[in-house]
Amino acid sequence: MISGLPPALLFLAGAALVPLLPQRYKQAFMLALPLFALYLLYNTPLGTYWSFSFLDYQIVLMKLDRLSRVFAYIFLIISVIGFLFALKVEDDLQHSAALIYAGGALGVTLCGDWFSLYVYWEFMAVASTFLILARRTPAARAAALRYILVHLFGGLLLFAGIMLLLAGGGPIAIGALKLDSAASWLIFLGIALNAAIPPLHPWLKDAYPEATPTGAVFLSAFTTKSAVYLMCRTFAGAEVLIWVGAIMTIFPIFYAVLENDIRRVLSYSLMNQVGYMMCGIGIGTTLAINGTVSHAFCHILYKALLFMAAGSVLTMTGRSRCTDLGGLYKTMPLTAVFCMVGSASISAFPLFSGFVSKSMIVSAAGLQHLTTIWFMLQFASVGVIDHAGIKVPYFTFFGHDSGIRASDPPWNMTWAMGIAAFFCLGIGVFPQPLYDILPFAVDYAPYTGAHVVGQLQLLLFGALAFVLLIYSGYYPAEIRAINLDFDWFYRKGGRAFYRLVDWSLNGINAASDRWLVNGATGAVNRFARQAPAVVSKLVLVPVWWLFKVRGWPLEQRKRALERGFARGALPVGVGALAAAVMLIVLYLLA
Amino acid sequence: MRELKIFDKAVNVKRLLMCLYIFLAVLLVADFFIHKHGHFPWENAPEFYAVYGFLCYLVLIVLAKALRRIIKRREDYYD
Repeated sequence: MISGLPPALLFLAGAALVPLLPQRYKQAFMLALPLFALYLLYNTPLGTYWSFSFLDYQIVLMKLDRLSRVFAYIFLIISVIGFLFALKVEDDLQHSAALIYAGGALGVTLCGDWFSLYVYWEFMAVASTFLILARRTPAARAAALRYILVHLFGGLLLFAGIMLLLAGGGPIAIGALKLDSAASWLIFLGIALNAAIPPLHPWLKDAYPEATPTGAVFLSAFTTKSAVYLMCRTFAGAEVLIWVGAIMTIFPIFYAVLENDIRRVLSYSLMNQVGYMMCGIGIGTTLAINGTVSHAFCHILYKALLFMAAGSVLTMTGRSRCTDLGGLYKTMPLTAVFCMVGSASISAFPLFSGFVSKSMIVSAAGLQHLTTIWFMLQFASVGVIDHAGIKVPYFTFFGHDSGIRASDPPWNMTWAMGIAAFFCLGIGVFPQPLYDILPFAVDYAPYTGAHVVGQLQLLLFGALAFVLLIYSGYYPAEIRAINLDFDWFYRKGGRAFYRLVDWSLNGINAASDRWLVNGATGAVNRFARQAPAVVSKLVLVPVWWLFKVRGWPLEQRKRALERGFARGALPVGVGALAAAVMLIVLYLLA
Repeated sequence: MRELKIFDKAVNVKRLLMCLYIFLAVLLVADFFIHKHGHFPWENAPEFYAVYGFLCYLVLIVLAKALRRIIKRREDYYD
């Protein structure tokens, strides 16, 4: 039955087809594919499809319920918008990678068993890396390497957790878990890494600003929000998430105030928004889960819109730093307007989408009388109006005139932004259609007098503070600098750690000789080459040990793993490997 | 290429800010005429959100400036 066809399979097949099509058909194909998938999904009744037995396990490729359906809808909608935005990019690598990446996210959302989920999870990790690599700059290559290492580590955590779960007699079907065993904690950490929960977050702000202008749009939608979906599915009501989420809303806003690169500001802002969702999942009431899901839905649209605006600026001017930009409204008025619609939406102004979704999470915290959490979430809301609501549009399109006179981007990019902006406003004005597809029946009215006036006061008196601070000269100036974050530990600390071990194990003479002969580059290269194997061993050896693989068989497996990494054959599943090979070929050909 | 220059004139920026101030005043007045139903008692206090929003913004900027002293590095720090 075609109506139950998993969209993931459609996207993966499409990714293989894209490089073969002539340019003119390619563009139509990339738009038609997600639209067709959307049509199919709309006509698919809730239920289980494409299910079969494999060994003793029941594999489910398509399990449509109210939670997975709303995420599948938004992933398909943003695919349509993202491919429209990327329509004129003449780079098959990016198109194929984006299709595999979107397919992976749809697979994670719609599959019903842990095996399929893990395979799709790795598809996402591998394909998304190529959206960063495709920028083809040294900085992007370095960021992509760090990105894939971190995500392989996260994937291994998830994999180890799944294996332990099954070994302990747990179900293969994905369902609610309790944080009471090593298995569920490993799964939790694997998901948390993709959700960018601190301190597992720095990969996001490190990699997304280095991605291609169009690739960042896809990146902003899929990895973190598929993790939000999975967290909803497995750990709803896990209390640790309440605090983790609240902290996650707050700490990125300080970085966002200071950061110079607008796409990095947006990356920190993305973490802040996912923080609200994590908090909602932790609260776990029907209102909180509805709030989380609707916020994910709205967030994907306005965050993509903001990344599209930043991507348009980057495409047309070649710049993305606040210090280099300013005054662009003069010749890019449409981009400026669309950017401000995104800003108003993320700031949760009444009549914009963030208002009707975020407030459900904050209300849920209020209903549970979580006083401190409630104050933290409201504080973070003021932080959002600062960096995403004011700073991004102000320093890009207004502020001091940079002298740049770039025009609005080509029609397809403008239309993609326009459609996203239309959704942001549409949902804000008529939230009911969104409320109707949420997991639980909605009993919530966003537009009450108290709520509208309260929210406007909160935001606009924050804006008043901005006006006073900028005129007094106290507002932190935009400067060309970077800000240290937790990635220091693996970017600097990793090297320092490697050097320390090297030094202590080889003796002072040998180490200093190597130091003089090979220099720092040698150390970094060796670290990059050996880190994956070492990290994987750290995760897998205890797992094997628990599976009673000891002594000689254990040594054999360790060596096989080392050999695998030495040859670059990473254990990410055959499918993901095939995708990787195809993308590498495209990367080298272009 | 056609160029917009609306904010090149200082008077237009002033008008925009005046709109903001007037709207803020309206919000302060409106606060007394709405039916409040907060989850916490302080939500029902007059002008709570205005005060909290303004103070939060100041605290955020002061703390961020302090943080910058600790975490700021040259752009080539990792190279």
